[in-house]
Formats: sequence, C-alpha cells, structure tokens
Amino acid sequence: MSGETLALSQNEHNVNYLDYQGKHKGIWGWLLSTDHKRIGILYMITVLSFFAVGVTLGFLIRLELLTPQGTIVGPQAYNEFFTVHGIIMIFIVVIPVIPSVFGNFFLPIMLGAKDVAFPRLNLLSWYLYIIGGAMILLSLVLPGGAADTGWTFYIPYSVRTGTNMIFTLAAVFIIGFSSILTGLNFLTTIHRMRAPGMGWFKMPLFAWSLYATSWIQVIVTPIVGITLLMVIVERVFHVGIFDPTLGGDPLLFQHMFWMYSHPAVYIIIVPAMGVISEVVPVFSQRTIFGYKFIAYSSLGIAIFGSLVWAHHMFATGMSNTAEFVFSLLTFLVAIPSAIKVFNWTATLYKGSIKLEPPLLYALAFIFLFSIGGLTGIIQGALNVDLYLTDTYFIVGHIHYVVFGGTGFGLFAALHYWLPKMFGRMYNKKVAKVAFWITFVGFNILYFPFLILGWLGMPRRSYHYLPQYQVYHVIATVGSWILVTGLLIMFINLLVSIIKGKKVTEENIWGGETLEWKVATPPTVENFEEIPQVVEGPYEYKQNEYELEEEVK
Amino acid sequence: MENLKEHTEHSHSYGLYVMVWLALITLTGLTAVIAGINFGKLSVVVALVIAVIKSYLVLTEFMHLKSEPRAFKTFIFVALFFLLVSFTLLFSDYSFIIGK
Repeated sequence: MSGETLALSQNEHNVNYLDYQGKHKGIWGWLLSTDHKRIGILYMITVLSFFAVGVTLGFLIRLELLTPQGTIVGPQAYNEFFTVHGIIMIFIVVIPVIPSVFGNFFLPIMLGAKDVAFPRLNLLSWYLYIIGGAMILLSLVLPGGAADTGWTFYIPYSVRTGTNMIFTLAAVFIIGFSSILTGLNFLTTIHRMRAPGMGWFKMPLFAWSLYATSWIQVIVTPIVGITLLMVIVERVFHVGIFDPTLGGDPLLFQHMFWMYSHPAVYIIIVPAMGVISEVVPVFSQRTIFGYKFIAYSSLGIAIFGSLVWAHHMFATGMSNTAEFVFSLLTFLVAIPSAIKVFNWTATLYKGSIKLEPPLLYALAFIFLFSIGGLTGIIQGALNVDLYLTDTYFIVGHIHYVVFGGTGFGLFAALHYWLPKMFGRMYNKKVAKVAFWITFVGFNILYFPFLILGWLGMPRRSYHYLPQYQVYHVIATVGSWILVTGLLIMFINLLVSIIKGKKVTEENIWGGETLEWKVATPPTVENFEEIPQVVEGPYEYKQNEYELEEEVK
Repeated sequence: MENLKEHTEHSHSYGLYVMVWLALITLTGLTAVIAGINFGKLSVVVALVIAVIKSYLVLTEFMHLKSEPRAFKTFIFVALFFLLVSFTLLFSDYSFIIGK
C-alpha cells in the first residue's frame, strides 16, 4: 500500500520526464515509453552512436587517401568504406536526426500539446529505425561483406555485386518506413494538436520546417522504398526492370532513386533551417525578419526541391527538354533558400547579439550552407555540370550542404536545447573552443575537395594521380583537426549531461517560444494546463521598442 | 467515443465490400489476361488505366475516402497531383529514351 502511494506521488504530472516512474521501471521505462521526450532521447543516443561510426569510416577514408597508391586498406575495403559511410550518414544520421531527436522532443511542446498525435506509432518508428540500422551494421560483418556500390546503389553495380546487397537494401527500405511514420505523426500533430489560439502563422518556424519536411517524407519516401524493392526483385528473379542485359533500363533506376534522394536533401536541410530560425532571433533578441516568407520558403523548398531530381543525371544523355526543365527548376529552388539566408542576416542586423555557442554554430551554418548552395548552383548549369559530374567537386558540395548545413544545424540544436532537455549546462568556454576547432577543421578538410574537383579528380577513386596529392594531404590533416573538435564538443556535452551545472530556470536563453515557458527539464505532461496562445513566437517587444527609439 | 461514433456512421454494408472485392479480383484477372495481348505502345497505358480504377475503388470504398472530411481528400489530392507532376517530368526524358 505504501509502495503504491509512493508510486502515485511520483507519478504526478509535475514530475520531470527523466525521474518519472511509470508502468515499466528502469531500462524498460525507456524502451517501452511512448513519451515523445523519451523517444527523442532514444533517437539521440542511437543517431549519435551511428554518427560516431560514420565519422570513423570517413576518418579512415581520408587516411587511405593520404597517398596516391593505397595506404591502409585494399580497393575492395575502400569501396565498402565509402559506401557504408554514405549509407550511415545519409539514411541513418542526417535524414532522421533533427526531426527524430529535436522534432520529437520539442514539436509537441512548441505547439502546446502533451504528446504527438500517435505516441505508439512514434515508438514503433524508433524500433524500425533500430532494426534497419542494426542490419546495416550487421552487413559489415556477415560473410559476403558490406555493400560496395556507393550509397546511390547504381545499376549495374547493385545487381552484379556479390556483397550483402539484399540485406542492405532491405535495411534502407525498413528505415524508410520509420521516416514515413515520423512524417505522418508530425503532420497530424501539427494539423490537429496546436494549442488554442495558435494559428498557422503563430507557429514557431521550427514547426513550419518540420511540417514541410514531413510532407516530403510522406510523399517521396515510398518511391525509394519501391525502387529498392525492385532492385531486390531484379537480383533474385532477374526480371529485367533495371538490368540492361535483361532488357531493363539502368537510367530508370537513376530517375526513381533521385526522385526520393534529391528531396531527401531537403528532408535533411529544412529542419536544420528551422533550428537556425529559432536560434537567430533568440540570440539577437529581435523579432524574426520576414516570418511569413521564411514559413512559405520552407514549403517552396519542399515543392521545388521535389521536382529537381534529374539534375543528378545531366551527364547521362537525357533529352534536351528534360535537361532544360530540370536545370531551370534547380535554379528556382535557390530562391526560397536565399530568402531564408537574407532573412536571418536581416534579423541579426541591429540586434543585441549574444555570441553564445548556439549562435556561433548557427552563423557557421549560414556561412557553410551558402558555400554549399552556391556550389550547387554551379552544378545546376548544364555545361559546367558536364565537366564537374562525378568529380570531387560534388563531394565537396554535398559535405558543405549536408555536414556544413545539417551537421552544424545539429550542433547548434544540441547547444541550444540540451540544457533544457537535461537541466544541466555545458562548459561554454570549452564549447566555443570546440566550435572554432570544428569550423577550421571542416574547411581545411572540405574546401580542397572543391579545388580537386575543379582540377578533375574523380570521386570514389582508390588511386589518384600524384599531382592531386597535396590537396589530399591538406584534406586529411583537416580531418584530424575536425575529429579533434568533434571529440571535444561531444565530451563536453556528455560531461554536462552527467555532472554539468544544474539549471532550473525555465527560460535559459531568453526565448519566446513555448518550450521556454515550461519547467527545466520538462515535466511528463509538458503543461499543467494547455496554454492559450495570444501572440506570435518571436515578439521581442522591449528590444524592438528600444531600436525604434534609437532610430528616432 | 466520438471517433468511434463517427467511424460507425462511415461504415458501408458488407454487400458493397464484397462487390468491390469481386471487382478488384476481376480487374486483376483482366490485367493478367491482357498482358498476353500485344497492344504495342498502348500496353502500358492499358495496364495503368486498370490500376487507376483499382486504386480508385480501394481509396474510395475500402479506405472510406468517399465519406471523409475535405481535409483528407485534399491530402490525397496533393499526393496524387505530385505523383502526376513527377510522372510528367519523368516522361519528358523517358519518352526520349524509348524513342531512341
């Protein structure tokens, strides 16, 4: 009886979600929890673990390319390294990371809801993710070896290779389902569970970015699912869908693969843009410039970004009509991206800027993403692309967009929201040191890629000509600096979670969105009473008033 | 409870379900039969038309789209419209490949 009373008192809704003792205890209280916050933490642990594996493989790839004729592994192992590095980083890390970790944790709180629309489906999506991820890791050790086709699974490699291809394709198929379920959950949550008074244009921009992303996830993920399934069918039954020797068409595979995998770039980048739209106004204490434009530009990116896929195929001999249309659409997608960049910088203008770690990462995002975006535009031009296709230029471009963009967006989010999630603050000085090392290492690593590509160095090549070596050496040294920065950053964050300075104040950074109006760490039910929303999410009135006075 | 009530109101008679099921089986049989007939370039079109009819039956009857609120129909429309645009763009290249 006394035990029951104790359990009841502990289970009051104002207990924080970390201390909550529900139906299941200990580890099961996490593994079977349908609380969006706990699921967010589960995702965080697993995604970051996979990130560590991906970084290790990337580090080994760079080490291998230190010399032109093979350094630490043979060509087959090298092919497997860059393939698994790509699969892990794209499908298991950057696609899910921000929606699954921070979307799960903060979307319901930002909307004034107690949970997502389908909590059990949410947990199921984590299990699907774990199963898919484990299968990828298993493919590394099972007989046959890991996939060696590159993360793009191009035909005929993926129907010819003797490696564990079916296993890998099935894994990506399963992870796709996890992604669809998360998208579906967020769409329903945003449509149905916003607090009273929170109209569409009173919604935080992070929620807008997740809304646009979820649409892409739900609409295009099935395309890659069915495509990969068809590759499996091709391998097992030799039907002749994609394999040219059986009458199939390998270019059809490329079309179908990029129909998903290009929009996937926007699944990757748009949530990170949402994070930046949260961080910039908070650390400059200004109402965000052009709220509606940023919100609509997320949708614009989602729409146009889903219709540009064949710019990956300009060198395949497409029809002139298709080349023209896809090149034009590629240029158009730059507009909503640029709108965001201009609005963020306009928000900073005359703001009371506090250069805390989250803002440092956000500024790095803007800088690196701009380089990534502009190098993308270069390749959107048909004539230039023919020269740059399959060179290191594209490798540099993708790393500037995906790592410089989403990676730094993730780091900004970690430094912004982690104190809220765990109620402990990290060492800010160490965080700033880690930032500069990471930022410098990043550029030393990836900028030479752009030069290498311009000079004609082919991607995915085990051997290379001696004249390229100097750039490879610089890049490899950059990888050592980058990894050092990452280690310092993650150790600092981990130490803060375990024994950092306790934070109990609700509003740690002076934000105006709802997550800064609930307890730190949040309680199980987030809100004792569902809040009534009366104004927009970035109303820094006092500061705006002072600015106006200053202008007068 | 309200949801349950809403759901019950939407449910159709078993007779209709059986009819739709039979129609789907017939159309599947038809697809298999006409696969043996050479329609030339139209064979894909014929197969797609049958598939569209089947999808329509499943969406409207089995998935109750017929009696759902407008928002649901809009969702489906957006997805289908997107699919149509994607197919059009794909065929801007693919018809060229086939032509070669």
